[in-house]
Amino acid sequence: MTFRKYLVLAGITVFSTAGDSLLARGMKDLGNITVSLHNLSGLLLSILNPWVAAGILLLLAFFACYMSALSWADLTYVLPATSLSYVLVALIGHFRLHEEISLTRWLGIALIAAGVGFVAVGPSVTPSRSPGSSTNSARDALSREAES
Amino acid sequence: MRDLYAWAAIGLIILASTTGDVLLSHAMKRVGDVGELWKRRGLLAVVSRVLTTPTFALGLMAMAVAFYSLLFGLSWGNLSLVVPASASLTFVANAVAARIFLHEHVGRRRWIAALLVAGGVVLMAI
Repeated sequence: MTFRKYLVLAGITVFSTAGDSLLARGMKDLGNITVSLHNLSGLLLSILNPWVAAGILLLLAFFACYMSALSWADLTYVLPATSLSYVLVALIGHFRLHEEISLTRWLGIALIAAGVGFVAVGPSVTPSRSPGSSTNSARDALSREAES
Repeated sequence: MRDLYAWAAIGLIILASTTGDVLLSHAMKRVGDVGELWKRRGLLAVVSRVLTTPTFALGLMAMAVAFYSLLFGLSWGNLSLVVPASASLTFVANAVAARIFLHEHVGRRRWIAALLVAGGVVLMAI
């Protein structure tokens, strides 16, 4: 794991959090979408809202980082390693959107942080169990890097 | 009633995003390290190689379904309910799916991490 790879993981965390909260902000502006279930155009037009549009842009940045991480790390490494975003979502929900954070929710935040620490110190890639897919040279290079 | 809608959206998000994650991870493993590829062949090579990987398109479609389910879910429930609840169960579903379909070694460390995160996310949802 190089510094650059940690930056990509941080990018996943930050971009997904910021993107989600901008989307939520926009959807609150638009109000109850239950009504527009009956006219799908309302949902499609929601991307014209500037908050929703900005949220989608950030989620695209998130997606680029996510794809990059998945190319050199296992799915079961990337997902927990970037789960601090849920903590960030709750904190932003609390401070920006004024949603309540209870004691159990704070406890949940602590558990997530512990889980992130747990996976982050382990290897980012494991050698594949099936012999078929490990013939891939890129995959072998990744496994060697993880072992070193 | 609103809760029921929110949880229906959450169920759809879990199903679609697990499918999407597994397909995308499969696609990117076939592409190989994009950082290395970028250095050797340039950004255009990376983009064209990713876009021509079949499981990438399928994964993207699954993610689009998950994304629109999230938009519905967010309009029915709180940001800090919908996002953690769907995420928590997606973690467990992903760990199982990655083991079965991607043949990843989900060792003790990763199970503990996945369960800690999923548990934490559940606590945040109640």
